[in-house]
Amino acid sequence: MAESGVKIGLEIHVQLTALKSKLFCSCPTDYRGKPPNTNICPVCLGLPGVLPVVNRKAIEYAIMVALALNCKLSNKVVFVRKHYFYPDLPKNYQISQYDGIGSTPLCRDGYLQIRVNGKNKVVRIRRINIEEDPGRLTYPTGDIATSRYSLVDYNRSGIALLEIVTEPDIHTPQEARAFLTKLVSILEHLGITDISLEGAFRVDANISIGGGGRVEVKNIGSIKDVERALSYEILRQRSIVAKGGVVKRETRHWDSSKRITVSLRVKETEEDYRYFPDPDLPPITISDELVKQVMERMPELPDHRIKRFMKQYGLDEYRATVLVMEKWLADLFESVAKLYSNYKRIADLLITDFMRWVNEFRLTPRDVKATPQVLAKLLRLLDQGVISIKIVKEILPEIISKGVDPEDYIKKKRLTRIADEEYLRNIVREIIHKNRKAALDALTNPRAINYLIGMVMKQTRGRADPSITAKLVREELARLKEEK
Amino acid sequence: MKYIYEPAYKLVDLFHQEPDKIFDYIDAVFNRIKSVESKVKSYITLRSYDSVLKEAEEVVLRIKKGEHLPLAGILIAVKDNISTRGLRTTCASRILENYVPPYDATVIKMIKEAGGIVVGKTNMDEFAMGSTTENSAFFPTHNPWDLTRVPGGSSGGSAAAISAGETTLALGSDTGGSIRCPAAFTATVGLKPTYGLVSRYGLIAYASSLDQIGPMARNVHDVALLLSIIATHDSLDSTSIPRIQRCNFLMELLDTMKKRPRLKIALVRELWKGVEEDVGKVLHNVLDKLCSEHMCEEVSIPIVHYALPAYYVIAMAEASSNLARYDGVRYGLSTTKEGRNWIEVFSEVRSKGFGFEVKKRIALGAFILSAGYQEQYYIRALKVRRILKVEFDKLFTKFDVIALPTMPIKPPRLGEAITDPIKLYSMDIDTVLANMIGSPAVSVPAGFANALPVAVQFMGKPLSETTLLYAASLIEEITKLHDLKPPL
Repeated sequence: MAESGVKIGLEIHVQLTALKSKLFCSCPTDYRGKPPNTNICPVCLGLPGVLPVVNRKAIEYAIMVALALNCKLSNKVVFVRKHYFYPDLPKNYQISQYDGIGSTPLCRDGYLQIRVNGKNKVVRIRRINIEEDPGRLTYPTGDIATSRYSLVDYNRSGIALLEIVTEPDIHTPQEARAFLTKLVSILEHLGITDISLEGAFRVDANISIGGGGRVEVKNIGSIKDVERALSYEILRQRSIVAKGGVVKRETRHWDSSKRITVSLRVKETEEDYRYFPDPDLPPITISDELVKQVMERMPELPDHRIKRFMKQYGLDEYRATVLVMEKWLADLFESVAKLYSNYKRIADLLITDFMRWVNEFRLTPRDVKATPQVLAKLLRLLDQGVISIKIVKEILPEIISKGVDPEDYIKKKRLTRIADEEYLRNIVREIIHKNRKAALDALTNPRAINYLIGMVMKQTRGRADPSITAKLVREELARLKEEK
Repeated sequence: MKYIYEPAYKLVDLFHQEPDKIFDYIDAVFNRIKSVESKVKSYITLRSYDSVLKEAEEVVLRIKKGEHLPLAGILIAVKDNISTRGLRTTCASRILENYVPPYDATVIKMIKEAGGIVVGKTNMDEFAMGSTTENSAFFPTHNPWDLTRVPGGSSGGSAAAISAGETTLALGSDTGGSIRCPAAFTATVGLKPTYGLVSRYGLIAYASSLDQIGPMARNVHDVALLLSIIATHDSLDSTSIPRIQRCNFLMELLDTMKKRPRLKIALVRELWKGVEEDVGKVLHNVLDKLCSEHMCEEVSIPIVHYALPAYYVIAMAEASSNLARYDGVRYGLSTTKEGRNWIEVFSEVRSKGFGFEVKKRIALGAFILSAGYQEQYYIRALKVRRILKVEFDKLFTKFDVIALPTMPIKPPRLGEAITDPIKLYSMDIDTVLANMIGSPAVSVPAGFANALPVAVQFMGKPLSETTLLYAASLIEEITKLHDLKPPL
């Protein structure tokens, strides 16, 4: 449902984490976890006299994204300097791109089609820029508001970023989530970013309601938080309007632990960044040949993959979409599908219980220990009747978090299904003996049969084969009837 | 006085025959520095005799091993805006007073490879902004030909050091004439290379699209020699011309001198306006002789009038951006940070660290680039630049070189020019053109007016350095003015 008058535009910053080196120098990109200011060189520290040299791979990656989002590519890459003073910005200007006289963004006028509540919707992409990430301020004695001092870490300075800007075509937090989910899936299919890395994916959301001031919520770190922040903002702005107030144009900060937005500064005028083309970086021509080369190297994209999943594995659109929207899950699905051929069963396992536990454990794809071999084995054991679906559900978290082998696990825990009729018959008899009233009841009331089966299951800790158990209970009840 | 005014190209030959002579040469230059430096004040930082000697020992060892070193043991003064690893590089600014770069500029690497030895870092106008070297935050440099006068700028320290015999070669940088102006005022030779011929990596930027490092010496041959070492493609500088092979400009020059081709020389009328009478006389005298053997023709390019204002607009715009990084957080001048927010700290560092001229250009540059004014100033200046390029490209299809004054005036007295900014900026009228169109240009002594140096300038199309060096050599032939020793 579109909320009336709500306009949302997103600015998504994505690090090109697949690059080996920073955007303008040869420092490595794996800065995370390194001691502060050890992943730096004269260039990304902005020492006097240094010059930037463009990482050509970054441009190729950016062109890929432009093509995947149906954008019109510029015929050249023009870098500009965006000036603002801030301690995390070594040159006090950021090398970025801009739409203005003598400069151009990498591309413009794209779109992405998404599906929300079973309906198709198009979100237009205004432009995509390539730019450098600044360093990071850290607040050793609190947070941005309370810390007595801050320290600067330039390890991140110069990491290649894409800034993807949408038109204000989004109307609900749910649409924002659908858009971002698909966008991330595309970026992951292109193999250029791993958004599970801390800080690799940051969103600024612009939101206005019914002609009120535009509020920019900065630095939201995940898709879920974008949805939360937008919901919060809609409520906040609505309540201001309801009280007869006017929403001010301002910049707000998303506090992800308190799950609220906090005012940073009121914007009265557009900031003047004094953009001009960076004289250290002559424009780079985007030749038709380069575009052709990039196109040839484009991997399969989500829309195509969904259709292929439907065709090749016989999945319905829903299952195919859910899998493909998480690229790693789709990859896992295909790996299991090479080993095990009941594709629908794989899909069901992955999109229900499997994902539930991954989310429950808050695991990143990298931390998931389940291998395709183990999952295929698990499903085969189920098919062969060695274990029940209940056992599958019990082992799954162990497989996901620790990578245990299901065979070892059931051996150790004696979780194999009990199909031994002789053994089970003894248990059934015992249960009927102990629950004479219920058993007599069951002779006339079929519902009570289930109670007895349940008792057998309880006694065997769920290992009794349900169909054999049911058969045995009926046989034993029949005998009881005869005896009577 | 032995060695001190010897040309580098001759010393290099000598040092390959007798490597140990390098030590005598170094002693001689250091003695010279001792006796004249207090009068001239060329250097901001002078290396210690011991560390220079140690480096010389390595050079001697390399020669003895059979290496041929094109700059074997030659002492080179380096303008203090070119980064030298482990050697303080101040830009003649308080804001970088104690800054020691952790890396060498590409040109410094090349000089060291070629066996050259950096002797010290020379005085300049702060961040290369000026034409007199009076804008140095530390002290002014004096013209060795008349100590009451300026040596020109902004590479005034390099020019004075060469002229006073305090070094054999020098590196300067030229954004709007900063090599050629002091070369002219000190009767030395200075060349601003084609934009992109010499790597800017390590040159502390003033105006990136105009800056070039270039060679300075007491004769044209030595300029050619030093240019051969520093001119090559550098992958660390994206504005470096691709696929430029190393070229031995000295060999090419000698070759051209033998062939003596007849030059087609243009005299652009507009570039001779405002030349002091006695300066003009000296220049015409020399050019008359040159034109007796070569074809000279007067032409008119009216758009040239806009070159100077457009130059200052572009230079200030870029400067305001390039100088944003000096904030006291990572290097350079710092101040108490405890209990203060970063805006206070930045403001204090920049207020205390920059001199008046630098602040003025940053403020004007920021204004020029600001929304609403950018089109009026910056974009228009770029248009002028584009038109100039087109006009001169056309001219260079008909002519080999343009001959013009380097400086329309004689070196001013200390304190004389700096009080009148319009007069000061007007000094650059004939030099900014080469930077605006990316062309090479050379300044070579033409004579003296009232015992003060006067120089002629040649400008050519991009990558016409050899032709320019040839034209400059022809002037040397006519005037016999080379390896000049001022009456210090």
